[in-house]
Amino acid sequence: MQNVLQISWLIPMLPLLGFLINGLGRKTLSKSLIGIIGCGVVLLSFVLSIGVFLQVKNGNTLVADYFDFISVRSLHIPFAFQVDQLSSLFLLIITGVGFLIHVYSVSYMHEETPEHFGRYFSYLNLFIFSMLILVMGANYVIMFIGWEGVGLCSYLLIGYWFKNTEYNKAANKAFVMNRIGDLGFLIAIFWIISKIGSTNFSEVFSNTSKFSPGDITAITLLLFIGATGKSAQIPLYTWLPDAMAGPTPVSALIHAATMVTAGIYMIARSNILYSMSELSRNVVAIVGLVTAILAATIALKQNDIKKILAYSTVSQLGYMFLALGVGAYSAGVFHVMTHAFFKALLFLAAGSVIHAMGGEQDIRKMGGLSGKLKTTYITFLIGCIAIAGVPPFSGFFSKDAILLSAFGHNKILYVIALLGVMLTAFYMFRLLVITFSGRFRGTDEQKHHLHESPPAMTVVLIILAVLSVIGGFVGIPAVLMKGGDMITGFLSPVIPVKAVEAVSQSTELLLMGLSTLLVVITIVFAWFRFRNCSFPASKGIGKLLENKWYVDELYDTIIVRPINKLGEILNEALEKSGIDAFVNGVGKAVLYGGRQLRWLQSGQVGSYVLLMVISMLLFFVLQFFLRK
Amino acid sequence: MPINYYIFLSIALFVIGITGVLTRRNAIIIFMCIEIMLNAVNLLLVAFSKMHHLAKAATDATAGTDGQLFVFFIMVVAAAEVSVGLAIIVMMYRNIHSVDVNFLNRLKH
Repeated sequence: MQNVLQISWLIPMLPLLGFLINGLGRKTLSKSLIGIIGCGVVLLSFVLSIGVFLQVKNGNTLVADYFDFISVRSLHIPFAFQVDQLSSLFLLIITGVGFLIHVYSVSYMHEETPEHFGRYFSYLNLFIFSMLILVMGANYVIMFIGWEGVGLCSYLLIGYWFKNTEYNKAANKAFVMNRIGDLGFLIAIFWIISKIGSTNFSEVFSNTSKFSPGDITAITLLLFIGATGKSAQIPLYTWLPDAMAGPTPVSALIHAATMVTAGIYMIARSNILYSMSELSRNVVAIVGLVTAILAATIALKQNDIKKILAYSTVSQLGYMFLALGVGAYSAGVFHVMTHAFFKALLFLAAGSVIHAMGGEQDIRKMGGLSGKLKTTYITFLIGCIAIAGVPPFSGFFSKDAILLSAFGHNKILYVIALLGVMLTAFYMFRLLVITFSGRFRGTDEQKHHLHESPPAMTVVLIILAVLSVIGGFVGIPAVLMKGGDMITGFLSPVIPVKAVEAVSQSTELLLMGLSTLLVVITIVFAWFRFRNCSFPASKGIGKLLENKWYVDELYDTIIVRPINKLGEILNEALEKSGIDAFVNGVGKAVLYGGRQLRWLQSGQVGSYVLLMVISMLLFFVLQFFLRK
Repeated sequence: MPINYYIFLSIALFVIGITGVLTRRNAIIIFMCIEIMLNAVNLLLVAFSKMHHLAKAATDATAGTDGQLFVFFIMVVAAAEVSVGLAIIVMMYRNIHSVDVNFLNRLKH
């Protein structure tokens, strides 16, 4: 069965094939065929990924060079794939969740014309391809190719409904924000090349002695800047909520389950570098935690169903970075996995709600949907419980692993993180209660139109709900079940298990009980708080939160407007009175000179001859003097 | 006879020619002045040629004839020029009934 690893290059190539077929044939293929191709290639990749995963589980890994991608003198950057524990886990998440979302999309996007339907699926397949390249690349350059590819697909899919100017602006914002981060990543790659002369993971991680401590800190911080762009952390997170302009399955796939976790993957992959820099890890942890809290507070007061989920995603990503920062890399990756399940579920369930409401996204105009949308309601409830972290749902285990690591690292981090967990539970149940219980607050037409989504959508929801429930069982902490923490053991060849921090078993159990208790209290509080709610205009801090701490306005004031102003000044000073004046001056000088010289050409032969004689005399005189 | 005499005579003739060309308006006189200038140059060429090879001329009869050959070329060219130039002047007179060059200021248009 070794040969499954040998053909692992097919895993990214199949979605690429799907992209080509759907992209080129979007005008001729029928919608059902496009759907079959789009989902089929991802399903095949998923099957291959399972095969690869089983191989990797038995301890077989693969690093395969295919050809020289860049070859300059002594620098050789091969186009190489690396399949090991970390990448095979991501392969499963990407192709598995990706396949489910593809299936969901077929039904969700059924109102599109065949041409746009084909465009949509070709983008989705291209995204899966890029994401697989990202996680399979055996060096930073190949990873960067995938990194840029997913950024491009994110842009294309946010701006999928390109006739809406606002959506295009959101797409631009996402792209520009990502580019800022990418620059950091790129500089880090150059730095690594200049020190090591190679970007292959194996060579970089075995030659860390060539780095000085300053190099390590700089490289890891630059990599982290890249991660803040892609994974929506402070200060580059503002693109993610706006990215909700894209179709809901896209939000689920790209902006919740997979692409935004690319930063986590990159840091987990570079864990050897991060282990060497205390400063970088602290920066990662603090930025992650602050993002988690900030996004959670914003989510408290939002009214758009997708925006709440978007801020929740930013917040959860913050937790993953917190885990990475405190050195619990496998806990971070574990949370990536469980988050992929329950956040994809929540987004798809939200998509189902939006679908039923005929495009309405404001939760103030919903309410009482649990009667009509039974499956959606139950799955959404499961997602909420999972994200809130109630045992034994998946979110509990991954979040608990993070909290425990934070506790072992620093008590203050733990307390703040625990506060964030309560906020998470609170805003998720606020969302759930306002949307699904109480009385219906929409129009009569919407009320009449309410219906459960077709089976293609609900089946996907059910599968994801099951995964959200059981997904955590791969990482049961050792204190509850001996050998239950399978994921850490599985990842140990890539992510060395560090010496366990001194947290006694009783403390661990106590912490678990405490967080569970707090979460349950918060849920109950939220449940009764929002049962029969009215929506008064917010004042004071509420208004501040509703307006997202005015971060967008702040960026607008300190970055966008000064740059626009600078552009205006340069336009006036440099362009108009500098370059333009010079160019126009040349033209004017020629015209003026011509007008003056015109008088010489009088037409009088005598004057011509006179000039001729004078100039000849001048030349003689000149030569006479120059001869010396 | 020293060379200076020839040079001064040539310069005098040449300056007369130039002055004539610059000051006179009658095309025929301008024409004659050009001829004077050409002949001033011819005279100088013959004189230089003769004087330069004075030492050799005693033994070699052909020494110093190349400069004089140039004069023949100039004479031939001048003759051709005269035929063309006079034809132009004739045409000019036929058209504007004058040989005054100041009437011929159409070049600027």
